[in-house]
Amino acid sequence: MSGVKGSIWRQVPLLLWLVVLWTLLWDQVSVLSVVTGILLALLVTRVFYLPPVELPDRVNPLGLVIFIAHFAFDLVRASFQVAWLAVDPRGVPTSSIVAVQLSTKSDLSLTLTALAVSLVPGSLVVEADRQDDILYLHVLGTETPADVEKARADVIAVEERIVRAIGSRDDVRRVNLSRAERSLGPIVSGRRQRAWEERHPIIPVEQYPSEGGYPE
Amino acid sequence: MTVDTWFEVASSACLLIGALLSLAAGIGLLRFPDALSRMHAATKPQIAGLAFILLAVGLEARNWATISTLILVMLFQMLTAPVAAHMIGRAAYRTRHLRRELLLTDELADVVDRASHDLATDPATRPQ
Repeated sequence: MSGVKGSIWRQVPLLLWLVVLWTLLWDQVSVLSVVTGILLALLVTRVFYLPPVELPDRVNPLGLVIFIAHFAFDLVRASFQVAWLAVDPRGVPTSSIVAVQLSTKSDLSLTLTALAVSLVPGSLVVEADRQDDILYLHVLGTETPADVEKARADVIAVEERIVRAIGSRDDVRRVNLSRAERSLGPIVSGRRQRAWEERHPIIPVEQYPSEGGYPE
Repeated sequence: MTVDTWFEVASSACLLIGALLSLAAGIGLLRFPDALSRMHAATKPQIAGLAFILLAVGLEARNWATISTLILVMLFQMLTAPVAAHMIGRAAYRTRHLRRELLLTDELADVVDRASHDLATDPATRPQ
């Protein structure tokens, strides 16, 4: 997909979502609400132009369910933990600012990871280094260096769940390579992933300006 | 007990849990020592607290018109709260509204120091 046709097709999911949003706000599906929704969606995307988000080339429904369930559980558990820290009579918690090196390069995976990490209580994204894909988090209640390492591992686990669910083939390969360095198995190793990796060989670092490049 | 009663019990329980989480957020806002810690209390238990309260409303109302609006409320809350928290947290860090003696480690300090040193000595290295 490229050129004018590509850019129109990339707008379609956003337009559809805006129409759905509009009808949900009206609480009714009628000719009027759908037609005004389409007109408004076109107007909004023309007036408030944003560069289209590059959508992933693969989706894993099971991965998506696992991510959402895990996220909901983390959210509730961590909310109670922070609530307890707030009323804990032993005094105020010790925090840390932790740097987490992510493996993915895509905007979508990085944004979703930062959002998911931010929503779970106890961790707050203070700074995001887009160039080198590092998130700097303020983590509440880290009493020992082991707690800091656990916080780092937790964020990487969130990233891996997101990539497994809706990461692009490129993201999957990056995560797999990063896991291989830590002697862990790949998150996705299906036939289609292998076929994609054969068609898209790893670009050497010297041909990869201004980015960190792929690990060897 | 009828089905309606069960729905009311579940709804009341969700309402109570949500209220308790919001109360804890308020206490945290008072008790936590610096701006960054307070951001956790100000933005986070609120998400789960709101989720429980919306769940209570949904269990009580039980019609699609209400539930679809509740889903939208939750969705936009989840999309906007982290962005607000990030912007305030970032500003708080850069304006030094945090108590470093309460931090176990600060892996960002070196990076920011280096960046501000580069800016001070050579404006040409300013990041684009």
